[in-house]
Amino acid sequence: MDTIFYTLQDFMIHSKSITYILIGGILIGLMLFWLFLTGRDEKKRTF
Amino acid sequence: MGISRRQFLGFLGAAAGTTAVSVKKSEAAANKEFKGYPGSFGVLHDTTRCIGCRKCEQACNKVNELPLPKIPFDDLSVLNTKRRTQQDAYTVVNRFVENNEGQPVFVKSQCNHCLEPACASACFVKALRKVKTGAVIYDASLCVGCRYCMIACPFNIPAYEYNNPLTPRIMKCTMCHPRIEKGLIPGCVESCPKEALTFGPREKLLKTARQRIEKYPDKYIDYIYGESEMGGTSWLYLSGRPFKEIGMREDLGIQPAATFTSGPLATVPVIVGLWPVLLTGIYAISKRKEKISEEERIEAVSRSVAVAGEVMKAKLAALKDTMTKEKEAAINLEVRRALEEAAKKSESEQQAESAKDEPSDTSKEDK
Amino acid sequence: MSQETARVNESIFTPFNVISGIIIIAGLIVTVLRFTKGLGAVTNLDNNNPWGIWIGFDLLCGVALAAGGFVTSAACYIFGLKRYHSAVRPAILTAFLGYALVVLALHYDVGRPWRLPYPIFISQGTTSLLFEVALCVFLYLSVLFIEYSPAALEWLGLKKIRSMIVKLTLVLTIFGVILSTLHQSSLGALFMIAPSKLHPLWYSNYLMVYFFVSSIFAGLSMVIFEGTLAHRYFHHKMDETHLKESKDVAFGFGKAASFVMMGYVGIKLIGISIDNNWHYLTTGWGVWYLFELIGFVALPAFIYAIAVREKNLRLVQSASLISIIGVVLNRFNISLVAFNWQLPSAERYFPSWSEIVISLFVVTLGIVVYRFIVTRMPIFYEHPDYQHDN
Ligand code: SF4
Ligand code: SF4
Ligand code: SF4
Repeated sequence: MDTIFYTLQDFMIHSKSITYILIGGILIGLMLFWLFLTGRDEKKRTF
Repeated sequence: MGISRRQFLGFLGAAAGTTAVSVKKSEAAANKEFKGYPGSFGVLHDTTRCIGCRKCEQACNKVNELPLPKIPFDDLSVLNTKRRTQQDAYTVVNRFVENNEGQPVFVKSQCNHCLEPACASACFVKALRKVKTGAVIYDASLCVGCRYCMIACPFNIPAYEYNNPLTPRIMKCTMCHPRIEKGLIPGCVESCPKEALTFGPREKLLKTARQRIEKYPDKYIDYIYGESEMGGTSWLYLSGRPFKEIGMREDLGIQPAATFTSGPLATVPVIVGLWPVLLTGIYAISKRKEKISEEERIEAVSRSVAVAGEVMKAKLAALKDTMTKEKEAAINLEVRRALEEAAKKSESEQQAESAKDEPSDTSKEDK
Repeated sequence: MSQETARVNESIFTPFNVISGIIIIAGLIVTVLRFTKGLGAVTNLDNNNPWGIWIGFDLLCGVALAAGGFVTSAACYIFGLKRYHSAVRPAILTAFLGYALVVLALHYDVGRPWRLPYPIFISQGTTSLLFEVALCVFLYLSVLFIEYSPAALEWLGLKKIRSMIVKLTLVLTIFGVILSTLHQSSLGALFMIAPSKLHPLWYSNYLMVYFFVSSIFAGLSMVIFEGTLAHRYFHHKMDETHLKESKDVAFGFGKAASFVMMGYVGIKLIGISIDNNWHYLTTGWGVWYLFELIGFVALPAFIYAIAVREKNLRLVQSASLISIIGVVLNRFNISLVAFNWQLPSAERYFPSWSEIVISLFVVTLGIVVYRFIVTRMPIFYEHPDYQHDN
């Protein structure tokens, strides 16, 4: 993980790529967490 | 102070063998200041030496195997009009004359091989890359042909094969990257009869340029174009005339293009993190409101139905009192409506009273 | 269903069919030229002006005007404004068609259209805002397709899949809002990489916010405007709920658009102030800028306000049209007019007729498909089999 970045461009490619993967994970994670959070709520028609 | 070919080969060997070694880690990693590839090459273009012979254009055309132009390279009349780089000309020389008097100035333009290239930052498939030789190179096997790199380049350099229907490429100077890798110097530099072009490590070129300015302060403007433009470029320029007058923009600033877009880029992940929370929150609130009003409606309706036959007014007052003040107004309406309904009903069909659970008009369908 | 009966006796040569037929034929001819002779043969693009109206209109305006989908579904499902429910389906349909056509138009513009999935699957240029746009448009098109699909599934009578998808409504809506926020704003941010080319009055660090906010009122206005047209031509397709709610939708959306637009005028002024660009306002560019901002944002916002106060449906509808023109004008200004403003006029871009033909072709295609769908599928009415379970 000790990559040396010589240019801002390389650094950004690296960090943004990781971030994009991360935000995909966060989206799914948040959704699952919401289901967990409301799992015991009484069932109600939502829409 | 030009750099000879032998010297250059020495540099190349050193650079190629030791790219990683030559950097102390503390310099390059762990902080967010990026200095570019160490020992990367550049070209210094001394416009005071350029005679506008177009030999570089010719050489470039040859080494890159571009189609020969209709007007031959020794025809200098093309200098009469200002030109830009094209899909079949990676480099062009322009002449700038100061209101008809004084020496004309010739300026060669080509890709400046920015240290932090706007074009590479803009490319959404990484078809453009800054590599360790200093060149910004293009990979046609990835390019989609969106031309965003052309929008992004502050120097208006990349050209596009508009007449190629299915496999158009972006065309621009490669800094002769393939030649550099073979140990050769760029074709244009090699062919220049006046040493107006000097190839070498960028650091070294900067020193050379400074020395020239110092040695001939009258001949040069005290400025090295490309040292910091848009974060610095590998191609550097010296001039005896203000750069603005020789067709080069002085208002580009020193920020790399990537910094202009880093703000929006950073906003993206935060929105993805926050929006679900915010939107779900809003949803939950609107849902809850709906639930409360639904419950109250049902409650109010059933009560009013129960009292419908009897002394309505007295009970209504009691009912009102049981409700909290905040909700009063909203419920009032419902109650009144329900009451009226019930009243109407009780008048018309007095015998059939509390059989029905809900007056029909309040059971508004909910979707 | 007997939708077809209404049109059986009509002749094929209705004015609509003739005009759209001509445009489609012309479009097909230009299509052949584009893919045999190249962009150079059909467009006025050059190396200084790499983006023309296929980006400025088809992409930027197309996406902005298709914002009605996310705005309406968010209003109904997230903000709980159930009284706009009948507006959701038409809005989602328009959005879906809009995005599909944006992608279609891009096939003309980019050099190697079959590589359009490259940024997503082959080589991710994550530093580019265009990457962000590509990713979001791709995802959002999929979301819109799923959101729209119940209508098609009801038409086809596939109940099982339909009810599964309807259960996803909320998640899809939230997802749609996120994706829309991102790419609507990123489209504006595309131009942030070139401060040296875009006129300072239009260039701003707030470009993202401007594009996002203007997409909201573009979407709202588009829903109103589209409703106007739909009423004129597809009145017989609408059920009672739709007819009853549509006035409500027009006034509600008009009110919302009006306020959003005034807020937009506010943040535009803030943008000028923060960059201290006031002095540009006295130049020719400034006049043009004010023309856009006052004539096509502040004015329609005001008209909306009057119309909503006086409950004047016609006025709401005209305001929506002006607002739509305003958004188109804004996108044109940023991508074409104020872009490369420093170039001498001889080097500036003006679209060729064949570029315009393709843009018209794409729009016409949209209208034809729209017509095909609304005359067959339950868009303006609720399918009798499903009336009570959504
Ligand atoms: S001059 Fe233009 S094309 Fe060349 S590296 Fe810089 S941004 Fe890219
Ligand atoms: S035209 Fe090609 S090189 Fe340029 S940004 Fe688009 S994909 Fe990248
Ligand atoms: S470096 Fe090579 S490609 Fe670039 S202008 Fe010179 S000869 Fe042409």
